[in-house]
Amino acid sequence: MSTENQETEAQFESEEEKQDSQEKNSNPVKAEEAKLKAKYPNLGQKPGGSDFLMKRLQKGQKYFDSGDYNMAKAKMKNKQLPAAGPDKNLVTGDHIPTPQDLPQRKSSLVTSKLVG
Amino acid sequence: MQSVVQTAGAGGGSNDVQWCFSQVKGAIDDDVAEADIISTVEFNHSGELLATGDKGGRVVIFQQEQETKGQPHSRGEYNVYSTFQSHEPEFDYLKSLEIEEKINKIRWLPQKNAAQFLLSTNDKTIKLWKISERDKRPEGYNLKEEDGRYRDPSTVTTLRVPVFRPMDLMVEASPRRVFANAHTYHINSISVNSDYETYLSADDLRINLWHLEITDRSFNIVDIKPANMEELTEVITAAEFHPNQCNTLVYSSSKGTIRLCDMRAAALCDKHSKLFEEPEDPSNRSFFSEIISSISDVKFSHNGRYMMTRDYLSVKIWDLNMENRPVETYQVHEYLRSKLCSLYENDCIFDKFECCWNGNDSVVMTGSYNNFFRMFERGHRRDLTLEASRESSKPRAVLKPRKVCAGGKRKKDEISVDSLDFNKKILHTAWHPQDNIIAVATTNNLYIFQDKMN
Repeated sequence: MSTENQETEAQFESEEEKQDSQEKNSNPVKAEEAKLKAKYPNLGQKPGGSDFLMKRLQKGQKYFDSGDYNMAKAKMKNKQLPAAGPDKNLVTGDHIPTPQDLPQRKSSLVTSKLVG
Repeated sequence: MQSVVQTAGAGGGSNDVQWCFSQVKGAIDDDVAEADIISTVEFNHSGELLATGDKGGRVVIFQQEQETKGQPHSRGEYNVYSTFQSHEPEFDYLKSLEIEEKINKIRWLPQKNAAQFLLSTNDKTIKLWKISERDKRPEGYNLKEEDGRYRDPSTVTTLRVPVFRPMDLMVEASPRRVFANAHTYHINSISVNSDYETYLSADDLRINLWHLEITDRSFNIVDIKPANMEELTEVITAAEFHPNQCNTLVYSSSKGTIRLCDMRAAALCDKHSKLFEEPEDPSNRSFFSEIISSISDVKFSHNGRYMMTRDYLSVKIWDLNMENRPVETYQVHEYLRSKLCSLYENDCIFDKFECCWNGNDSVVMTGSYNNFFRMFERGHRRDLTLEASRESSKPRAVLKPRKVCAGGKRKKDEISVDSLDFNKKILHTAWHPQDNIIAVATTNNLYIFQDKMN
């Protein structure tokens, strides 16, 4: 009896699977959407809406916190300034970039490699 | 007229044209510097010049050499003509905004005299560049030596008239106009009007009209910024002037619509004259719908009767007289539909592919991934997939058509969807205005292909 049940269960499962794969074939996009929602359940209520657009409009925006900057400056006064050149071991929060040690954004004075 | 839907077909290509490798420009090594990423490619109106812009703000112009009698089997090669730094990185301290030097678009002006002019733009500033040749110089000054040093006046005993003598060709690029401070948002398009006096520049929310001679003023002709930014639902993605009607322009949106505006109707063209939109089947609506419907490029046909739009998965051709649906739709890489989740995660779903027409508007071309690019032959309903790669780079070697296997059994010579390299994207392509010569940009290389001449 139990084997019969198991068999019918197995049958049902494979039918469901067939239905699933049929759905996938007929609408792969819906399957992809389900995958995405499973990974990121909190993904925006507005699909493709303002979040993307605001991010696009904000491109290039750099933020500066004067409070952090002044705190760091005050801290620095009591200690030696960290050695010039990036010290990657510094804990964030202890080291605020100052204009002096930001890499200068210079234009590439190198000729394009498309030129021979 | 029936809407024609194209699927990846036999890939035989047109019966007339066989595409052959001609040239490749750029470094061979895989380690690509950011600055070398090509960001725009554009032929000039005669096709003699080919300009590229890159992420490093540089412009390189190639010139086609004159056909020589000794080489009847190929058209002239493109060699470097001029290169210059068009834009530099900037920082707007007032807005705390970093402004990239990347060249977003280059547009040539029609040639009026011996010099060539082009407009190049980054996110914020458009520049008009003059490229001129100097092939003679004055010699025989009275007061100067040939090397420029001044002569001792007491040694000057005779008078002579300096004459122009030939010199080695020198090509000079100089910025003639700088059109700045007119865009709050990032410029995505520039387009020269058929009146050859004005041009438009479009950013995410506004389109401005400029006169080529005037840099301190521009007119705002489209403004879609909502009063409350929380209500923002769409942005402008591309804009172009009609090729021969100087009052007509179109702009595309992130929601997949195209608006045609007539500047004669009103000073501010917020109200469109025509709205082109294909209704979506509501049962197909998904999280991805809007993202993949966002139009990344819009181009009028040369004859001005049609326009082409590129969205993430397809190319659509619209008859300007029919707003409710495109007259032709071509699937570029339909097999990506089942990969949208991972394409969203790696941001590829936001890639902005461009598209272009051939000279007589019979074939359209666009790029894809794995360094593949696609051509769709409108009349014959044929499509072709080719690859820009160093492997198929023997001189005049005919390119072999490629095929992607969407699922199931992979045939020999086919490539499976999972093997595609999504870092190798062809976003920018250009077609010579008259001949079958195409320029295809991979990440950092420029390929030039020609049709086989027998």
